[in-house]
Amino acid sequence: MAKDIYYNTDESIPEELRDKMPKKMKSRQKKVNRSGFGNFLIIFMLVLVGIFMALPLYYSVICAFKPLNELFIFPPRFYVVSPTLDNFRMMWTLTDNLWVPLSRYIFNSVFTAVSITFLHVVFASMAGFVMEKHRFPGRNGMFNLVQFALLFTGGTMAIPQYVVMALMGMINTYWAVILPAVASSLGLFLMKQFMVSSIPDSMLEAAKIDGANEFTVYWKIVMPNVKPAWLTIAIFAFQSSWNATGGNMIYSESMKLLPTALGQIFAADATGVGNIARTGVSMAVSLIMIIPPIVFFVISQSNIMETMSHSGMKD
Amino acid sequence: MNNQNTNSTVAIPEALNKPQKVNVWKEMKKNKISYAMVAPFMILFTIFTIVPVLASCILSFTYFNMLEWPEWRGWYNYQRLFLDDEIFLIAIRVTLKFAVITGPLSYLICFFFAWFINELPPKIRAFMTMVFYAPSLCGSVYTIWTFIFSGDSYGVLNSYLLQWGILDGPIQWLTDENYNVTIIIIIQLWLSLGTSFLAFIAGFQTQDRSLFEAGAIDGIRNRFQELFYITVPSMKPQLMFGAVIQIAGAFGVGAVPRALGGFPSTNYSLQTIETHIFDYGSVRYEMGYASAIAFLLAIVMILTRNLISKLLQEKD
Repeated sequence: MAKDIYYNTDESIPEELRDKMPKKMKSRQKKVNRSGFGNFLIIFMLVLVGIFMALPLYYSVICAFKPLNELFIFPPRFYVVSPTLDNFRMMWTLTDNLWVPLSRYIFNSVFTAVSITFLHVVFASMAGFVMEKHRFPGRNGMFNLVQFALLFTGGTMAIPQYVVMALMGMINTYWAVILPAVASSLGLFLMKQFMVSSIPDSMLEAAKIDGANEFTVYWKIVMPNVKPAWLTIAIFAFQSSWNATGGNMIYSESMKLLPTALGQIFAADATGVGNIARTGVSMAVSLIMIIPPIVFFVISQSNIMETMSHSGMKD
Repeated sequence: MNNQNTNSTVAIPEALNKPQKVNVWKEMKKNKISYAMVAPFMILFTIFTIVPVLASCILSFTYFNMLEWPEWRGWYNYQRLFLDDEIFLIAIRVTLKFAVITGPLSYLICFFFAWFINELPPKIRAFMTMVFYAPSLCGSVYTIWTFIFSGDSYGVLNSYLLQWGILDGPIQWLTDENYNVTIIIIIQLWLSLGTSFLAFIAGFQTQDRSLFEAGAIDGIRNRFQELFYITVPSMKPQLMFGAVIQIAGAFGVGAVPRALGGFPSTNYSLQTIETHIFDYGSVRYEMGYASAIAFLLAIVMILTRNLISKLLQEKD
């Protein structure tokens, strides 16, 4: 947890004594450089803007519990008069009796999302670490390519990408979904930037003197020290791969990913827009679809907030 | 593009004394572990990103309708962009309007809100981060803004303004040229707490706490001094990351205006370059022309990136 810095402000105590006082005496201690008024201003602003930001999340939760007649009230209401579970029940009935069982779609999505997240974090952080901390010919060139790719707008790449995958025989396999996402340039860029300040060179040297090989250094020393960074790219990877539709790479029914399959079943996409008669159900579906990313997000974020205390070594 | 590393040193100085080729090869052999560790990522990246980008670059010199084999056109697509395509010139203007306003503003919003959250007690930080990240977490919920800015008198904003007597007739917020750009900018800002925001949050968490103790001893008196003298210099790599992401976001505006303001928009008032690419690539199937636009856009973004990288480095 964030270690707040305390120092004694009580002027009545002589300075030499103040330094010797035990840390426990918090009543006489203050966080460094923080004013009460500033704290108030910050919290006030956060709450005000926070309400504004959280509105869509709240709204999509509310809508899932609205009966059909309330869903179509215009202008839309931000509360429910008679909440109902009908939407969820109807979702259950509709997915009960499918040609390809729902569990298969769930497996497809969970399997691809988990493998993408894991492989992306490992590959991107390994490459990011090496590009920042090792000196070898071509590292700058590689990194510039990654940055350039990040700025290239995706739309026009779809066809060449399809051709590449078709040539490799990957269309309609999990590979088509997993492999391109594993090498997403965003993660590498973020990891490399974090290596600059979070990993002192002396730490790496010390590990090498102790006989660790490069891979051990990476896994045992670097990764724990950039935990906030890799948890952050894990959030991005999981979120985007969970919402991946498989696009033009997946065609056979049993290989389809959850967002596509649900879109077909409920004649709507996972965002809740689509067929009017099933608006309620698609609201329920979109609520259920955002639960895994939210859970993943909350777990990672609370871990990010906890990593600080062991900050390695100081030069 | 070569100056992104604040601490990059030239590979090995002795390399200059000996014949270059032999040395590079030797260097490469000596570093084979490094290459092995970069390889898994770089191989996949080459296959699925570099090759398609190069292919798209080549396509930008052709006429390609996705059915017939591409037909070589030389510089024709680029000439056509500037000489024959009036709408492209509009698109440049609209994109710049968005980029100049939403780019810097959203960058500052990301940074300052990440900082505010970092000032909170640790227990509620994760929760507040989620609240602020919610618009990005929920995908395309921004469509609820259509209810608020709906053009008839039942739209939330219109109905209140009419009720209070401020307006005497409903305003077409999303299709009227006088209002739609401003409204899309507001929504873009609302959506802006995404990737760079989370990167900044993580950046604040990896900061060395001992710096703040040292700062306090050296006479730093309030949180703003702490921010500018300690936090900003030590977070430069993360700030650079955020800048690149915001550049990509600000110049790549397109999906939101298309969804809310319609496509095509009134008098092309929301026609950004990204929308122009979408228009030619996904509607008219002129892939060669669309690739040319995408390429130009990427070049503009890279130039902006380099400018910002210089600004960030000059600060210290």
